[in-house]
Amino acid sequence: MARKAPEINAGSTADIAFLLLIFFLVTTTMDVDTGITRKLPPPVENPDEDIDVNQRNVLKILLNNRNDLMVDGKRMDISLLKDKTKDFMAIHPDNPDYPEVTTRFIEELGKDVPATKGLISLKNDRGTSYEMYIQVQNELARAFNEMKDEKSVELFGIKYKALLDKNKIKAINKIVPVRVSEAEPEDIGGN
Amino acid sequence: MSKFKTKKGKESPAINTSSLPDIIFMLLFFFMVTTTMREVTVRVQQKMPEATEIQKLERKSLVSFIYIGEPKNSKLYGTTERIQLNDVFANVDDISEFVAQEREARDEADRKLLTTSLKVNGMTKMGIVTDVKQELRKVGAFKINYSTRKKTQK
Repeated sequence: MARKAPEINAGSTADIAFLLLIFFLVTTTMDVDTGITRKLPPPVENPDEDIDVNQRNVLKILLNNRNDLMVDGKRMDISLLKDKTKDFMAIHPDNPDYPEVTTRFIEELGKDVPATKGLISLKNDRGTSYEMYIQVQNELARAFNEMKDEKSVELFGIKYKALLDKNKIKAINKIVPVRVSEAEPEDIGGN
Repeated sequence: MSKFKTKKGKESPAINTSSLPDIIFMLLFFFMVTTTMREVTVRVQQKMPEATEIQKLERKSLVSFIYIGEPKNSKLYGTTERIQLNDVFANVDDISEFVAQEREARDEADRKLLTTSLKVNGMTKMGIVTDVKQELRKVGAFKINYSTRKKTQK
């Protein structure tokens, strides 16, 4: 008569699984990486050559080593920066205080759209704190995102984030280009 | 003799625990899938600044990290802000080699999409960050991401 094989005690499988579980809990991270994405400009070939940009088209933002903010030669609180940027980048036809306005043909819409020649120039000192720099970048991003939202609601009736059609997203990105330029670094104001 | 048996004195049956390992295994697989392995030990202080306009970093395999901040072990390494690449402190000059290595480790098709995430401590001065950015520009790693935490809404 064949002997019945003794049953294997499976009571400790749970403990083994627990051990593995705790190992994974300790060695892994669950945080999602978030941040502000930017694109760096390619290096300039000839640093002495100044690109000629009409002064009225540029909004100059300066950050010094004491984390003070200067916009167009005047000191400004960071809470006002977003509105200032939006105001500057909005379309103001025939107003010499604001950037020039041209028209751009947008393929996705099949028509000409007025576009500003405005450009935001951001310059910081070596002594500026990273925290402050990110605050400024964030305010600028907020200004552009709000402008995109407004344009999107005006054209398509829904917010930019809710757009699903790739062509519509492209169109909005063309109408509201994020034009932030970072100046070549140099020391301004001693440390 | 009574017709009805009294239930008194009878032991309650043992709870069947044979499905316990399965439950634990399910938890285990859940964690294995949703989390990522910690690859480097961060040796610099990392208190990220907060921001509202943040985006998620989509493909983690296409991101390389540069850590900048004061060393955690200030007795040994001092309090000057340092750059950390992989597991070791590095200089600005080492970045070009680091980027080349990171590119080498990816598929040919994915190399263009490589993003460099700058994990910088909020207290850091911009000088060192600017140096790193200049170096990245030189080697052609144009896509960068300033790592920030999400600001909690008031």
